[in-house]
Amino acid sequence: MATSLPKTEGGPALSRSAYRRSRGDVPFRFLSTASGVVLLAIMAAIAVFLVVKAIPALQANTSHFLTELTWVPNATEPVFGIGALAFGTVISSFIALVVATPVAVGVALFISHYAPRRLASVLGYVIDLLAAVPSVVYGLWGVTFLVPFMLGPSTFLNDYLGWIPIFGGDSVVGKSMLTASLVLAIMILPIIAAISREVFLQAPKIQEEAALALGATRWEMIRMAVLPFGRPGVITAALLGLGRAMGETIAVALIFPATFTISFRILSPNGNSIAANIANGFGEATDVGRGALIASGLVLFVITLVVNTAARLIIARRKEYARAAA
Amino acid sequence: MTVQTGIRPLSVGRRVKDRAVQGLVYLAFAIAVVPLVSVLWMVISNGLKRFDIEFLTHSMRNIGARDAGGGAYHAIIGTLEQVLLASLIAVPIGLLTAVYLVEYGNGGRLSRMISFFVDIMTGVPSIVAGLFVLAFWILVLGMPFSGFAGALALSILMMPVVVRSTEEMLRLVPNELREASFALGVPKWRTIAKVVLPTAFTGIVTGVMLAVARVAGETAPLLLTVFFTDSINEDPFNGPQMGLPLYVFGQSGLPQDVAIDRAWTGALTLILIVMLLNLVARLISWWRSPAKRG
Repeated sequence: MATSLPKTEGGPALSRSAYRRSRGDVPFRFLSTASGVVLLAIMAAIAVFLVVKAIPALQANTSHFLTELTWVPNATEPVFGIGALAFGTVISSFIALVVATPVAVGVALFISHYAPRRLASVLGYVIDLLAAVPSVVYGLWGVTFLVPFMLGPSTFLNDYLGWIPIFGGDSVVGKSMLTASLVLAIMILPIIAAISREVFLQAPKIQEEAALALGATRWEMIRMAVLPFGRPGVITAALLGLGRAMGETIAVALIFPATFTISFRILSPNGNSIAANIANGFGEATDVGRGALIASGLVLFVITLVVNTAARLIIARRKEYARAAA
Repeated sequence: MTVQTGIRPLSVGRRVKDRAVQGLVYLAFAIAVVPLVSVLWMVISNGLKRFDIEFLTHSMRNIGARDAGGGAYHAIIGTLEQVLLASLIAVPIGLLTAVYLVEYGNGGRLSRMISFFVDIMTGVPSIVAGLFVLAFWILVLGMPFSGFAGALALSILMMPVVVRSTEEMLRLVPNELREASFALGVPKWRTIAKVVLPTAFTGIVTGVMLAVARVAGETAPLLLTVFFTDSINEDPFNGPQMGLPLYVFGQSGLPQDVAIDRAWTGALTLILIVMLLNLVARLISWWRSPAKRG
């Protein structure tokens, strides 16, 4: 857009007004460029300072950071590792994604293709409200309502589907990996739904009308004209939701039982995540403890960076989606 | 292929499938609304119990976990100051970055890089922003825990949101306006300051309000930078402060019923603040939407 503008500086003869023009322009241009550079510098600084403060703690560690499961960084002989935390982060986010994506796609289709036109924007706003609820409120709701509530369904799953390993185990509790994942799913649903909705709305109208004109039902039209067009957008939306779920802290900090084990039994009292561990462990952390938490934060930063970059690369290939993810 | 004359009714299978999918889509929306209704209902019904004058005007000083009473005045003050400071840092930087991307960048290498990293920055987990300020501001520079440190962390989360929304608004400004201004001999920077930014003003304000609403509910970065206090601290530059989200987090971790009640009321206050900001943003954008202006 801005590329079509005429150049303001220069010209054949540098008149008085042209001089004044550039005199005002230079500082303004400099300021706005500098702001952009500040943004880049902040991103670089995040990586640099996390590394700088993590190194002393990693050197004091008496175990291997990447494979150790336990987290005892405040002892005189610090032992800590990212193993169990990274496992919990990935598994809980993945479950949240599996639960949230189908519902979010359904919601997006509902708003883009099923709901009456007049209602659609209002209903879309209702879903956006889900994103406006602060995460600590989800945490409070999770602890006081969802945790006791989930005991019933969890026991049911354990009784009847216990032969599936993830639902197995002897002790079933409300404060489980499953409950935390469900809260995460609720929190990432509006993000996935909003991006998918934008993408579905951009599906070429002419193809939709062609499908309907050929006698397709609404579902056949969606399957043939909307979903193939929207697939990369939905994948991007899911990845962005995954990144958000991994970084989510407070809601799950209140729900996770904060153990340091690796177990696929999502109904049993185990589960933790990098972010939840930082929130829960920061209060009593010593110097090495803080360094250890910063080291774990660095791992989280790198993981979310990879997930988000992947999402952006998918979207970058389809220019028409660019607005949807903004 | 056979040429058909007249319209045959849909086969039962196709009709059933179509109806089934329609049912699923409606069900998905209903499923999504259930938690929202549940959360809002619980916040309102439980939060109203303690939503009184004492809650809004008193701090938690000298109030033990088991004691009833107490309030969140210190937390409300802290949140307002922290969010205001964060906006003062993030809005100018975000605005100018957007101006660079739209007016000066011209799709060059630097602008593409900034644009890419703004996207990546949107995905930085809030706790990582908190850890960064902890590592940089508090551990390396030796500054104390303070409301300002929290504001720094919040501003990192605000910046990309402000950049993206402002950028979108600036791109909506018709090029004819810029060209008309140039044709009158107005220098580029004055064109931006006097023509482009005022035209996009309401849209920018909406974006800023939404960014503010987003960070007002953030807890994780405050936990690492603002720390906790039960007393009123009106100075955001000295000593630990409190924030409303932190207050809710602290109280909801306690087993006592009076603490949980305080947490709910804190949550209600927080949601009211966030919703109010959201509503103001929507009203501004509706009031001055391009469609209405015609």
